[in-house]
Amino acid sequence: MSALNIKKGANKHSAYNLRPTFSDVEERHTLAVLVDNEAGVLARVIGLFSGRGYNIDSLTVAEIDYEGHMSRITIVTTGTPQVIEQIKAQLGRIIPVHEVHDLTVEGRAVERELALIKVICTGDKRVEALRLADIFRTNVVDSTLDSFTFEITGTSEKIDAFTDLMRPLGLSDLARTGVAALPRGT
Amino acid sequence: MTRQMTGAKMVVQALKDQGVEVVFGYPGGAMLPIYDEVFQQSDIQHILVRHEQGAVHAAEGYARSTGKPGVVLVTSGPGATNAVTGLTDALLDSIPIVVLTGQVPTFMIGTDAFQEADTVGITRPCTKHNWLVKDTAKLSATLHEAFHVAVTGRPGPVLVDIPKDVQFATAAYTPKQKARISRYQPQVKGDLESITELVAAIETAKRPLFYTGGGVINSGPAASQLLRELVEATGFPITSTLMGLGAYPASGKSWLGMLGMHGLYEANMAMHDCDLMINVGARFDDRITGRLDAFSPGSKKAHIDIDPSSINKVIKADIPIVGDIAHVLEDLLKVWKSRGRKINTEAVAKWNARVDEWRKVDCLSFKQEGPTIKPQYALSRLEALTKEHDRYITTEVGQHQMWAAQYLGFEDPNRWMTSGGLGTMGYGFPASIGVQMAHRDALVINVAGEASWMMNMQEMGTAIQFNLPVKQFILNNERLGMVRQWQELLHGERYSQSWSEALPDFVKLAEAFGAKGIRCSDPADLDDAIMEMIKYDGPVIFDCMVEKHENCFPMIPSGEPHNKMLMGDASTKDAIGSKGAVMV
Repeated sequence: MSALNIKKGANKHSAYNLRPTFSDVEERHTLAVLVDNEAGVLARVIGLFSGRGYNIDSLTVAEIDYEGHMSRITIVTTGTPQVIEQIKAQLGRIIPVHEVHDLTVEGRAVERELALIKVICTGDKRVEALRLADIFRTNVVDSTLDSFTFEITGTSEKIDAFTDLMRPLGLSDLARTGVAALPRGT
Repeated sequence: MTRQMTGAKMVVQALKDQGVEVVFGYPGGAMLPIYDEVFQQSDIQHILVRHEQGAVHAAEGYARSTGKPGVVLVTSGPGATNAVTGLTDALLDSIPIVVLTGQVPTFMIGTDAFQEADTVGITRPCTKHNWLVKDTAKLSATLHEAFHVAVTGRPGPVLVDIPKDVQFATAAYTPKQKARISRYQPQVKGDLESITELVAAIETAKRPLFYTGGGVINSGPAASQLLRELVEATGFPITSTLMGLGAYPASGKSWLGMLGMHGLYEANMAMHDCDLMINVGARFDDRITGRLDAFSPGSKKAHIDIDPSSINKVIKADIPIVGDIAHVLEDLLKVWKSRGRKINTEAVAKWNARVDEWRKVDCLSFKQEGPTIKPQYALSRLEALTKEHDRYITTEVGQHQMWAAQYLGFEDPNRWMTSGGLGTMGYGFPASIGVQMAHRDALVINVAGEASWMMNMQEMGTAIQFNLPVKQFILNNERLGMVRQWQELLHGERYSQSWSEALPDFVKLAEAFGAKGIRCSDPADLDDAIMEMIKYDGPVIFDCMVEKHENCFPMIPSGEPHNKMLMGDASTKDAIGSKGAVMV
């Protein structure tokens, strides 16, 4: 029997890419995951995403109920609708996970992110940085004669816009918290 | 009054409370307090394996053949890492096992202590859940919770890591009844509206088919009974995955045999052409579906599964039903009966006639001629000579496994133990030990290939020590047969590393361990040799020398749909397209 004469690099697709029955359009979803605040719970969630090849755009986690030992993990992820459904189902399988909410489909949600932005500049640039910071309603939380550190809160898009403006003015360091989100209304 | 005891004693007490009779394990430094307690009691029998991987597979065999969780004790570090393959195997095949690992004392965790490994970190992705217990007061409740998680919902492996100081310290024991009721309570009842929708589909379907899987076995004997009732009442044909064999009897008139990559012609053709596919506890594994965009193109697909993440994972379900198989089938039967037990009789009769035409192809036929034993012949004879026995079959992984699934018939659930999801070579021998421990008087046969078998052959010592008469039926082709087959079909017959060089004399090997060795290479001697194996009261290594270049057919080549099977006699030249070549 002869060799199949397969050209090197001719096959980029694996069996897992043959998914004609599902949509290929990627969506961005914000998930709220309520978990027992026990050792390793974050590792389980992150391990699920890395192990199954899902994306994490941002992730925030903190204890929200000290007595009940509950933490809230907010994950922003992108994927096809089928992958998003899988992510939610897989999260639901993790034993310490109590609830999984898809804030993107469960009605409107408030999403906020906080960032600290250090800008090093002098002269006109320093004036311009402060002026823009004022427009974006940031707080100056630290200042030297040649630097500012701004605190900004808002949607991720707002923070993106502000950092884009600061970059040519001397942005030196940036720390972002990732998205925290809650559904609107009662 | 609560009873005070050491952590080590709690472990033994909790195992007793959970009804554990047998544990498989291997001691070590970080497990010594627990082993000391094991020594001082006689309710739980400890089976000393020869390698921790063997302990986990033995526990899997025990669990699969009884429906009860299998229990494993291993030490820290290498003990735990050696258990990883077994844990992953149990995770992929949804087998309930509880693994208890020793750990270095809490005050030494993180110091790279002797035999320290981050066991919960390493096993997090290969367990259903795991715990590191740092406080003796929480140990007994955690152990009860571990058993609950292992057996509830979709079963799976769990692990409890117990540092040595936690084993020595004393605290109050929490009995099973008083342990905190776990929040983990998966839904077992299916949605009645969806079930009714499925009943409506059953009533009108022209070409219906049951496609069943390991979920039926895991759900328990009631699920198999209900499935049988449903199949008999409707007359719909039924096929099953590798994991589901035995849920419906192989002698049943609606039985099509296994489906999938090495499934039967009639099963795969029926999958391709059906108009209603009723998936009962299977998960559309890639061995089953083949090419996804050509998978059963004209069918409405119902999917019953206890795990919501199985639904729509690879194949979109038209009628998804989340629930335990037995509960859902019970409701399904109730609704179907209450609506008058309707089926589309005429169309189903026509469909069954078509299925019978496919059956006539007789895809498993083979010709035993010449002086060499064909593996298919060996298994046909094994089937004929053992089917009347109280028989349990385990397998290793490879061609022999597929032939066993094709040529052996299973009349009952829990009689067939094989590594389906992970495909673990070395599974079968230790699994046969676990099965024999649970069924001391049964005939337990491990159908093996010589290469797989040697991966855990050290367990001969275990079989001898505990007088377990497991029969190791090795189809010896001196090849890694399935690898060789793929190299023939896909890699221009370049047989890279796929032969077994320097094999031991299996008869002498058996004798060296104190077991019986039988070699058979002549088809004329085969029946007598098999009878000799069955009659011998003790472990046997049966070295069945078979045709070296036999390929396993039928075969759906990678990247092809169900109706493009390769049959035994057909030309296999260029059978696998370039797109299929990249798939496993």
